[in-house]
Amino acid sequence: MAVQNKKLNLKDKYQYLTRDMGWEPTYQKKKDIFPDEDFEGIKITDWSQWEDPFRLTMDSYWKYQAEKEKKLYAIFDAFAQNNGHQNISDARYVNALKLFLSGVSPLEHAAFQGYAKTGRQFSGTGARVACQMQAIDELRHSQTQQHAMSHYNKHFNGLHDAAHMHDRVWFLSVPKSFFDDARTAGPFEFLTAISFSFEYVLTNLLFVPFMSGAAYNGDMATVTFGFSAQSDEARHMTLGLEVIKFILEQHEDNVPIVQRWIDKWFWRGFRLLSLVSMMMDYMLPNKVMSWSEAWEVYYEQNGGALFKDLERYGIRPPKYQDVANDAKHHLSHQLWTTFYQYSQATSFHTWIPEKEEMDWMSEKYPDTFDKYYRPRYEHLAKEAAAGRRFYNNTLPQLCQVCQVPTLFTEMGAPTKLSHRQLKYEGERYHFCSEACCEIFEHEPEKYIQAWLPVHQIYQGNCEGADVETVVQKYYHINIGEDNFEYLGSPDHKRWLSIKGIKPADEDKNAA
Amino acid sequence: MSIEIKTTSVEPIRHTYSHIARRFGDKPATRYQEASYDLEAKTNFHYRPQWDSRYELNDDRRTAIRMDDWYAVSDPRQFYYGAYVGNRAKMQESAETSFGFCDKRNLLTRLPEETQKQLLRLLVPFRHVELGANMNNSKIAGDAVATTVSQMHIYAAMDRLGIGQYLSRIALLIDGSTGKALDESKGYWMDDELWQPMRKLVEDTLVVDDWFELTLVQNILLDGLMYTLVYHTMDAWLATQGAEDVSMLTEFMRDWYKDSLRWTNAMIKAVAGESEANCELLQTWIDQWEPQVYSALQPLAEASVGIDALDEARAELSTRLKKFGLQSRGVSA
Repeated sequence: MAVQNKKLNLKDKYQYLTRDMGWEPTYQKKKDIFPDEDFEGIKITDWSQWEDPFRLTMDSYWKYQAEKEKKLYAIFDAFAQNNGHQNISDARYVNALKLFLSGVSPLEHAAFQGYAKTGRQFSGTGARVACQMQAIDELRHSQTQQHAMSHYNKHFNGLHDAAHMHDRVWFLSVPKSFFDDARTAGPFEFLTAISFSFEYVLTNLLFVPFMSGAAYNGDMATVTFGFSAQSDEARHMTLGLEVIKFILEQHEDNVPIVQRWIDKWFWRGFRLLSLVSMMMDYMLPNKVMSWSEAWEVYYEQNGGALFKDLERYGIRPPKYQDVANDAKHHLSHQLWTTFYQYSQATSFHTWIPEKEEMDWMSEKYPDTFDKYYRPRYEHLAKEAAAGRRFYNNTLPQLCQVCQVPTLFTEMGAPTKLSHRQLKYEGERYHFCSEACCEIFEHEPEKYIQAWLPVHQIYQGNCEGADVETVVQKYYHINIGEDNFEYLGSPDHKRWLSIKGIKPADEDKNAA
Repeated sequence: MSIEIKTTSVEPIRHTYSHIARRFGDKPATRYQEASYDLEAKTNFHYRPQWDSRYELNDDRRTAIRMDDWYAVSDPRQFYYGAYVGNRAKMQESAETSFGFCDKRNLLTRLPEETQKQLLRLLVPFRHVELGANMNNSKIAGDAVATTVSQMHIYAAMDRLGIGQYLSRIALLIDGSTGKALDESKGYWMDDELWQPMRKLVEDTLVVDDWFELTLVQNILLDGLMYTLVYHTMDAWLATQGAEDVSMLTEFMRDWYKDSLRWTNAMIKAVAGESEANCELLQTWIDQWEPQVYSALQPLAEASVGIDALDEARAELSTRLKKFGLQSRGVSA
């Protein structure tokens, strides 16, 4: 090379090491190589405008990730060797892990598959490479979570068959249908759903509460995983923001499509997060912050700033955010009182909050807890004390879209059940809210396909006609071990023996 | 005398997850097992994919190959994510040393212009083939059903991106990081007669729908001929052209290919061993694709090491496939 040009800067060098390896095909039609790129109606005029959200060549990736893994597994080994499960705040905490392993970890695996797919679907090489890196990261999370909880599984119930349960158990169809919805959509909607709405807007309300919960409750294995995954998550978040900005900048026709996706996926995500709200307020013996505080900081403040920033593209905040904002005062309580009634069919235990916890909730929810929810717990506690611990034997009506039982109340009317219905091609469908109903109306042919667990039980597709058979045979929930009330459960007894407390003392303490 | 640290011993109530115990019994499981078996969703999918409504998500009909249980295909390297990145981190460390050494001593900028041109024309354009391999393996990772299978392919996808980046860096060493050499090299890939059969082949693989056909074509047939020809024979030939230092920079590829033979062989063995019907299908695909791969490499062999070297590579692949009861041409030599 006789003539030396200028040395490449970092940005250009990274482009040479990624997108420049791509080329314009001439032997096969581009449309045949990338058949999924336009059916959603998104118009991309120039992929070269794609800004790489991070610049990580494979050699650095291997190096950094291997260092992180080495440290992480050293902690896992130490945790198991020292029986770290004995040092958590209280065994009730483990129920948060049960929810995580059966509700969230399978989503990490689904994300791996989804990003591997989009890592092939886009004709822009830069975007493909970013997706592939997220694919392998998500595989990492799915696997390290199995390893982080492996030791807990050896000492507590309810963690033993998470992926099997994820495919079948009634409340796990909430996270599963959420991700199925995203994965069955086109590549641009998938990224808007998962990279933007989920990873960027809502991750502080999903991933972080579990990890902070672990930190507050002495769970070294899980919190170490959380710290180790933090830099991966940061990369995923930058991808989420870049995707949205890129699509919006490419063509003005993309704006209304993206707006509808943001409306939809904000709401889908919010409904999914209702499970996290009850985890935060009820399942953590040492509480990090209340759901309503978390919602204020991470959605109302941070999300508010984000949507202010997106205004210049013609994007407004998600359509039903007012309903979500109002719900922050009620969400966790409505969820927990529902799950309390259906513990015979869950892989985790439920319980009535202790007195100090109820006082904490009165303080965190001054306008709602004492007025609407404390009386319920007092009633349920009285029933339980009289030997009539309440289980609801009528299966709940599920929302056709989010698949949460239709348990929510109307905005501003906390004693009025929120319910919508409509007829489509002769069949009647039920919804938990205006927002879910609207999502259905936009794509009815998609949502009529939903595998609704309660319908499936009644139709006889779950290996039995009665709840007990379904729970045991179809769900693989070990009756009397994984399910029912926490007090008196094998987990509870084991914990008392770890702590050297005889059950009689405990009764005295509780009394 | 030995030191004895007293710890409290706690009896576990089970030794592993139920889904692992169903396969291997309730005994302490390996990290590979807990990370790899029965993690993906298998049933009760809610919606049909809008990009391909013929099948469900995670549908084993995305290939015509039939396996009673796709988990019969597993990784002899026992790579779960942590083991994989740990292994590659070591490999990249020695590659980094070699690149650093060549850079510091200006080993590539000092090469005669003619040799530099040969590198840019005959070696560096394989970075585009690597990108094709990256895309194909990402597709397979997204389509395959069992985690033991899909994870091997996402690792392969990332490996191929990495190899493409190492090849690109050879050009950056030649031109002192201006990008000019990569532009020149890409020109050969796009327009030089020598490369057109290969570029056509790669573009043809990008429209293959059946993911197992694709892994066979990409990871066994194409790699089988290409890695032997390029990173062994052509490497030796380049050394005779005065580019022996480049061998240091392609050592990663040789190590990598040796490693990849372990899982690709295990995969073919399990799939061909499953049924007569699988064998027949594999044979049909081999008959269809192997000659195309051979032809695509022909001009490159002729311009460098000669056609005999390609025939040798072909014979080697044929011997390898024979072990699994499969035939390919290549004994003609």
